[in-house]
Amino acid sequence: MQRTLLSAFAALAFAAGASAQTHDHHSTSPEEKPWSQADAYFDPAEMDAARAHVQAHSGGSPFAMVRFDRLEAQSSDGETTGVWDADAWYGGDINKIWLKTEGEYSFEENDLEEAEVQLLWSRAISRYFDLQTGVRYDFEPKGQAHAVLGVQGLAPYWFEVDGAAFLSESGDLTASFEAEYELLLTNRLILQPRLEVNFSAQDIPERELGSGLTDLQAGLRLRYEIRREFAPYIGVEYQSAFGGTADRIEASGGDADDTRFVIGVRTWY
Amino acid sequence: MFNRRHFLQGSALMGLSSMLPAALLPAWARSASDGNTGLPRETATEFNLSVGRFPVRIDGRAGEAVGVNGTLPAPLIRFREGDEITLNVTNTLDVDTSIHWHGLLVPFQMDGVPGVTFPGIRPGETFTYKYAVPQSGTYWYHSHSGLQEQEGHYGPIIIDPHHHDPVAYDREYVLVLSDWSFESPYRIFAKLKKMSDAYNYQQRTVGDFLKDAQARGLGAAWNERAMWGQMRMSPRDIADVTGATYHYLINGHSTADNWNGVFKKGERVRLRIINASAMTIFNVRLPGLPMTIVAADGLNVQPLEVDEFQMGVAETYDVIIEPKDEHAYAFVAESIDRSGQAVATFGPQPGMRAEAPALRAVPTLTMKDMGMDHGSMDMSEMDHSEMDHATMGHDMSGMEMSGHEGHDMSGHEMGDMAMDHSAHGMAEDAGWPVEKKTIKRGPGVANVAMMPMSRLDEPGIGLEDVGHRVMRYSQLRSLTRNPDLRPPGREMEIHLTSNMERYMWSFDGVKFSEVTEPIIFHEGERLRVTLINNTMMPHPIHLHGMFFELVNGGGDHKPRKHTVIVKPGEKLSFDVSADHVGDWAFHCHLLYHMHAGMMQVVSVLPSTDKTPMDHEHMDHEMMGHDMPMEHEMPMDHDMMDHSAMGHDKHGEMK
Repeated sequence: MQRTLLSAFAALAFAAGASAQTHDHHSTSPEEKPWSQADAYFDPAEMDAARAHVQAHSGGSPFAMVRFDRLEAQSSDGETTGVWDADAWYGGDINKIWLKTEGEYSFEENDLEEAEVQLLWSRAISRYFDLQTGVRYDFEPKGQAHAVLGVQGLAPYWFEVDGAAFLSESGDLTASFEAEYELLLTNRLILQPRLEVNFSAQDIPERELGSGLTDLQAGLRLRYEIRREFAPYIGVEYQSAFGGTADRIEASGGDADDTRFVIGVRTWY
Repeated sequence: MFNRRHFLQGSALMGLSSMLPAALLPAWARSASDGNTGLPRETATEFNLSVGRFPVRIDGRAGEAVGVNGTLPAPLIRFREGDEITLNVTNTLDVDTSIHWHGLLVPFQMDGVPGVTFPGIRPGETFTYKYAVPQSGTYWYHSHSGLQEQEGHYGPIIIDPHHHDPVAYDREYVLVLSDWSFESPYRIFAKLKKMSDAYNYQQRTVGDFLKDAQARGLGAAWNERAMWGQMRMSPRDIADVTGATYHYLINGHSTADNWNGVFKKGERVRLRIINASAMTIFNVRLPGLPMTIVAADGLNVQPLEVDEFQMGVAETYDVIIEPKDEHAYAFVAESIDRSGQAVATFGPQPGMRAEAPALRAVPTLTMKDMGMDHGSMDMSEMDHSEMDHATMGHDMSGMEMSGHEGHDMSGHEMGDMAMDHSAHGMAEDAGWPVEKKTIKRGPGVANVAMMPMSRLDEPGIGLEDVGHRVMRYSQLRSLTRNPDLRPPGREMEIHLTSNMERYMWSFDGVKFSEVTEPIIFHEGERLRVTLINNTMMPHPIHLHGMFFELVNGGGDHKPRKHTVIVKPGEKLSFDVSADHVGDWAFHCHLLYHMHAGMMQVVSVLPSTDKTPMDHEHMDHEMMGHDMPMEHEMPMDHDMMDHSAMGHDKHGEMK
């Protein structure tokens, strides 16, 4: 499965690289030069290179970003869990490769409880939304691959949203939706409500999921941006499971509802 | 020789970076307390410029600059109108460089734009620029390579008139305004691409909302927030790069460094002000001291007394001040978003320090800045009186217009007015063909102005209610009559487009990286270019290689400029004579906007037929109002003095 993931990554990287390059490539045949009057005064080959360079560097440059949206410790009933929610992208304005990862680590049991990675090709399809498609691989609790199709962007009223559907290699269909909002108490002290809901189209006993709305996380985080790139925060998160999912958790002796205090840091480069 | 001596002096002192900042400055940029009591009128014809990396002290802190001859700003280049000058530019960097002579009517292959007019200057190479220009005034020069301009690669140019200067003065200074960051400009650009509001610490907060709700009612405050939120735009999106990273400079001096100049009571002091910033539009004023604007973008204008003006990046203004009192006056260059300022001092003695005024309140944009008709949305909470200033940019014969009077066009200047109404579908009445473009929203175009309007009669963002006289473009009048009074043979629209969230900037929704064909002008033609700003920001738009006449109601004395600020939601026009064959850069002079793609090339193609336009069939009735004196002027191209470019010496200023 890891091999599948790697080859998918290679294919995506190739696709995004190729599409980024289409804008950088300029033909040197004279009739296709966008302008060429300076070629009468300077070496046309040098002008070709300079033209390609100035155009590529005026809107065609790729960028890369790495971000830990949440890197936090969650505490509930004396148990501490480490949580990460990070992403990275590389690409131009329209086409990007995204890497997203989320997971939980139990400090009590020194065990990685959940860990997933998504590798996506992302394309800007409208003013504020990107279509994203690719693969997801769950390392924990059970190694499993999924195909991903999602939409990420900025909804009216400044809600950052990310919704995706996942089709697992066993044929199970699930979906998740996240929304975040930023309330500026000051320009550095920012209160961030966050909601995540998950759905399953069918019962998936081995993943302890019932069909329908499976679970919800609602968080409220207060961060202080020491710099834009570095903001420690504290907050609270409420988690709840529903329906068949809740039944399964309770049957195995867990709580379907949980409220956690969080402390963490949001950072990007 | 003037240039050589000063340049050698500059490089000899380069190694001693621990000395006072003045030691690292060219003589023209020093304070009176460091010996600069006004510029000597020394000109030269040969200049040796070495582009390199060197240490600087900015605002008391050590940094590294890229610039010319080891000084920030670069040396003053001063020569006489018409002289053939030689500029040997040596590149000591390990990357390419270039110098563009901003506003100078040079042959295009001397214009200095890599990939457009020449290949650029390679590391270790010396490129020799040679030209004579038919103009005088205040200009500047800067790199057109990468983001070097932000790193310190800019300096002033003064061209002394060949004969008589219509502007009388006793003393003169150059004031180069700029913005400096200790962050790499490449990092700044990358941050903007990742988080476009990374430098904006002036967004409206919950506290602002509560204050608003108290003042205007909860419903009104809520609706106004909802409207902006619905559009996903910020009314505080005024400057992309702000005082959060910038140190604002006057001649390389921060406010703490206190650049100071001297005057004698009663003297006429000429200030040649150049906005050499990468990203900062400045509000310029000397509290308590009026300024008389005598030149804009290098060319003389009819004297206009004001208390303040907003100055786009790359614009130059010459003003005369006549201090009547023997006390220190502050010269204030305030960033348009009020996130910072640079303050200098003019006083009767060297070394005086004027009290710096406090930064004024941060301005907030309105729906008008989005190019919205006030009837198109629920604007109940908006200030309608502000919306009524649709004054169409027609300051008729210098009359003061305000409020509803602006709509009383009285049939004057139909040529101009037809333009401003073209959004209502009146373009067919313009009297010449208009090439319109339909802009579609998409990833690179967040907004299309529904109702763009002329804002030439407005002072600029944040200066509507400052309680004193602020220059408006509609007030500017060329000192001399415009050299080419033909009406346009055609008109083209160019849209300024962006998506702030994605930090994408372009013309007509097409980034420079995607451009496959340039904008075509034909040699000898007269045309009108109409710029429509679909973005929320003011853009100083610069056309290389030619002056254009801003269609501001000035009849045959329209101001001739190389750079014009197009306000948010504004539609403005300029007329231009395509006299200079070549490929010319055309771009937003906000450096990171250009770097993001807000650039194009204007190709003036040589004419094989010297009379490409059929003037007989043009609608003179429609156009005549714009040129009452010149209606009968022969339209023969050969009769126009293309080299003089409107610099006759008959005007006299007092």
